[in-house]
Amino acid sequence: MTVAGIQQYLDFAYIAAVVLFMLSLKWLSSPRTSRWGVLAGEIGAAMAVTATLFNPELVQYKWIVIALIIGAGVGIPLGMVKMTAVPQRTALSHAFGAASAAMIGIAEYYVGTAPVTRFEMGEIALEVIIGSLTFTGSLIAAGKLQEILPQRPIVYRGQNIVSLAILSSALGLAVALVVDPAHTLLFPIMVVVALIFGVMLVTPIGGADMPTVISLLNSYAGFSAALLGFVLNSKVLVVAGALDGSSGFILSVIMCKAMNRSFTNVLFGAFGQVQTSAAAAREEKTYRSATPEEAAGILAAANRVVIVPGYGMAVAQAQHKVRELYDALTKRGIDVRFAIHPVAGRMPGHMNVLLAEADVPYDRLIEMEEINGDFPQTDVALVIGANDVTNPAARTDTNSPIYGMPILDVDKARTVMVIKRSMNPGFAGIDNPLYYYDKTLMLFGDAKGFVTNILHELSGAHG
Amino acid sequence: MPADFISNLYVFILAGFVGFELIKRVSPLLHTPLMSLTNALDAIVVVAAIIIAGRHETLLTTTLGAIAVAASFSNMVGGFFITDRMLRMFKTGRPNKS
Repeated sequence: MTVAGIQQYLDFAYIAAVVLFMLSLKWLSSPRTSRWGVLAGEIGAAMAVTATLFNPELVQYKWIVIALIIGAGVGIPLGMVKMTAVPQRTALSHAFGAASAAMIGIAEYYVGTAPVTRFEMGEIALEVIIGSLTFTGSLIAAGKLQEILPQRPIVYRGQNIVSLAILSSALGLAVALVVDPAHTLLFPIMVVVALIFGVMLVTPIGGADMPTVISLLNSYAGFSAALLGFVLNSKVLVVAGALDGSSGFILSVIMCKAMNRSFTNVLFGAFGQVQTSAAAAREEKTYRSATPEEAAGILAAANRVVIVPGYGMAVAQAQHKVRELYDALTKRGIDVRFAIHPVAGRMPGHMNVLLAEADVPYDRLIEMEEINGDFPQTDVALVIGANDVTNPAARTDTNSPIYGMPILDVDKARTVMVIKRSMNPGFAGIDNPLYYYDKTLMLFGDAKGFVTNILHELSGAHG
Repeated sequence: MPADFISNLYVFILAGFVGFELIKRVSPLLHTPLMSLTNALDAIVVVAAIIIAGRHETLLTTTLGAIAVAASFSNMVGGFFITDRMLRMFKTGRPNKS
């Protein structure tokens, strides 16, 4: 077969892969068909990879095979991580994806096949800059999520100016390269500057903003792959990159809306810094607390209970105990549902995955818009490790840093119970007036420990 | 502007719209698996990495290509694997005690 003939078959395989990728996303729309979606994606990817191995341009397979084996060896354990580690795994995979896109772009620059035109140089430079900054940015995000790096925002005076100066110099180097692509020395400098910018971009961002940041990095990783498709004239990369990029973009928009913030505010706002002092200056207010016994009594007497999980539940690994509580209350004929705020946790959908892992049926996991109208008919709203997403100040206090953020209306429930370690505000430092309401009971303790104690009381009272 | 660029731009814009319409329909319930699935699909850059590594042109490009093959293939394998694991957990109705 001629080279052109083989190329044609490869193109058909890539087209089939693209179709399967689109079906894959289409089937993901519902939990019922979603696993078919994974299968479609796997078949598409397998076809594309297999077809590529027959590419007549390939002259040596040794390194390909070794790299594929290493890739599988790294990928399988990364696919087996616990559900609580999914946010950092996702950040790490954005880093891997962006790194490979950047490295292919760099290799393309150094490949001596054809002289790089100005236009190609522009494409390569842009692609490599986005890929490199996404690589280091995602590594920092993964480090923060794994708590290797501090989760609080790390800020210093003039930070935004420094960051913007670094970004501008990366872009300036790119322009210089476009003017004269033969300035080979500038290219590695540009890569290094872009890598530094990625670090600067994510370091000042706090843990609570991770859902937006991880979605944005997702989007960047996708667009860098699409740009690589432009560089290599590979339609399959353009399509896959566009799908991934638009997915990340949509999620970023959803996350920003759920926090009533703009992209620029998330990236350059360094949330939570200004408010710490303001919160500390507040006067002492009174609140009521309750024991596990009292909490169990109130829950047992309720007809409708809504549980509001947050990052604190994930940190305490309390999801399995929470499921037991769900079972115990359901067995008594109590209607128990979970209210899921879009930014609860550290990535989009984080709470759903944790609770699904703990075997909570997904039809009990209710989105914010859907459940908010039901709070006035709810006897008990039990908040477990969530804070800002329940803060009524977001509705009323125009001075609050979270003013305008859509919240779960737990304060409209008849009784609110909040499991929390202490009255200390979190690192965001925003005081929550909910805790001082007459109808609010504070349940002090570790989420897992307290739920276990409630369960103990419930079973004791029963038998 | 090269003709390739224009045709790629067409593909990019159309795929972006298709992606937007498809992803808009994904329930927020599945946003975490969505991210890991699109990540696995994005790992298709492995095909470009394979070509760079297999052309065997210079030591630098082969090394970069091979590292890129390993990094993106690990995303592909791990991404599909974890997505499927997550989706298997989403069950409806009353859970059976295990």
